[in-house]
Amino acid sequence: MNYRGMWAIYSFEMARAFRTVGQSVASPVISTVLYFIVFGSAIGSRISDVGGVQYGAFIIPGLIMLTILGQSISNASFGIYFPRFTGTIYEILSAPLSFIEITIGYVGAAATKSFIIGLIVLITANFFVTFEIMHPFWMMFFLVMTCVTFNMLGFIIGIWADGFEKLQLIPLLIITPLTFLGGSFYSINMLPDFWQKVSLLNPVVYLVSGFRWSFYENSDVSITTSVTMILVFLFICLGIITWIFKTGFRLKN
Amino acid sequence: MTHAISVHNLEKIYDNGFQALDDVSLEVRRGEIMALLGPNGAGKTTLISTICGIVTASAGHIDVFDYDIIKDYRKARSCIGLVPQELTTDAFETVWKTVCFSRILFGKKPDPDYIESLLKSLSLWEKKDSQIRMLSGGMKRRVMIAKALSHQPDILFLDEPTAGVDVELRKSMWQLVRELRETGVTIILTTHYLEEAEEMADRIGVINNGKLILVEEKKTLMKKLGKKELVLDLHSPLNDIPADLSEFNLHLVQDGHQLVFTYDPAKQDNGVVRLLDCLKDNSIKCKDFNTRQSTLEEIFVQLIGDA
Repeated sequence: MNYRGMWAIYSFEMARAFRTVGQSVASPVISTVLYFIVFGSAIGSRISDVGGVQYGAFIIPGLIMLTILGQSISNASFGIYFPRFTGTIYEILSAPLSFIEITIGYVGAAATKSFIIGLIVLITANFFVTFEIMHPFWMMFFLVMTCVTFNMLGFIIGIWADGFEKLQLIPLLIITPLTFLGGSFYSINMLPDFWQKVSLLNPVVYLVSGFRWSFYENSDVSITTSVTMILVFLFICLGIITWIFKTGFRLKN
Repeated sequence: MTHAISVHNLEKIYDNGFQALDDVSLEVRRGEIMALLGPNGAGKTTLISTICGIVTASAGHIDVFDYDIIKDYRKARSCIGLVPQELTTDAFETVWKTVCFSRILFGKKPDPDYIESLLKSLSLWEKKDSQIRMLSGGMKRRVMIAKALSHQPDILFLDEPTAGVDVELRKSMWQLVRELRETGVTIILTTHYLEEAEEMADRIGVINNGKLILVEEKKTLMKKLGKKELVLDLHSPLNDIPADLSEFNLHLVQDGHQLVFTYDPAKQDNGVVRLLDCLKDNSIKCKDFNTRQSTLEEIFVQLIGDA
């Protein structure tokens, strides 16, 4: 393994994030505050408890998922797309690095950023509502796995995209709607039967549900299903990345 | 003797069907400077990119110091430094950071002393804390060279290294290349400046339409294909070339004040003595003369034309 090479990519990407650390921290904090003002205070005060959890606390896991899903895709896709765009990718491709090492470098850095942002949202939420985390291990598991999986998805998007417009296409048209409809701000049990069944086709439901379970033991689907689903997403992304590097899709001619 | 690079029957056909390399076989000796010449789109950059692992070959086999570039890619790539044609740098990074990054990327331990000496040798030390976007084109080119040399490679690819740089910088780069060769680094350069190849290369490879037309020692190539011109300054201008001199295929230039004779210096009987005798017989007097060797550029045009 070329550990130094991996570290070079990881630290380069982290340094890029720290150059704009103000924006990186301010953006999720402001978003969280706004969500709590709108959903927690304005609307939440008119909604009764959901499954025995105060609405303001109920939305915290969904809010963290909403933020890290967006951040993960944006961080990872930009991280790999930018060197492709500027041409500096030649150096990565000609270095003695395997595709796994390249992926670990880029996805690892982007996942670290997403993880930190997730924690920032969690800390910010603490200023607005009181909550507890009943299963810290599983909370960390879901947080880490979501960061890694969705950063891999972002990495794939960054390789697939052949323009800045396409970089935004999937996050805007697919990920954001799926996240909003994935039970971030409600329990899918609140929906009519038909829409509950439709919601189960949304992969984000499993992530939010599992993550929320780790906080309140309150979930829309079983924890086993959530864990299975996130592992399935992880392996699908790994499979696609393996194929990309083996074929050189959009990386090598 | 182990070659620095061995390319066997290399082919590259892009997805759009364009054949960039057609059965290219080439061996680059350790420690030599090889210049790859060819017109735009000839396949020079594709060849370099394939050896470096940036382009996937359609067929063929490449070894770098006996390491297969696919099976032993780590060892093979560790030996190579690449300066690409385009000035592709991280505009917001400093010179120091970007060069250190390149070294670590190739798995080497950080070595600030070496990086310092490298930047000094490339006259970049004063700019070590400057962002790359603040540098001139020539300095950016030197940063690219510093990045390529940061992991102390045994082979250096220079893809059009002096494209767009001024004469002074070009000459300083030639000097740098010579110094690198003295340290044992094998250098492969592509260039449009034939003067550059003529100045530096030990051997010349000519590529056209994806085929390697020839690989030859520069001196041998110049000798083999190089013609010489004998230019005679006439005492009195001529209107026409006398019929007695027709066998020499002469040209009148400068309004008949100069007579030009092209000959092959490698031939035993190259016709120079006979021409002078004929001139004397025809009472054509000369007041001065000079000879001129064909440049590599003229040889190159001839080769491409023949191909």
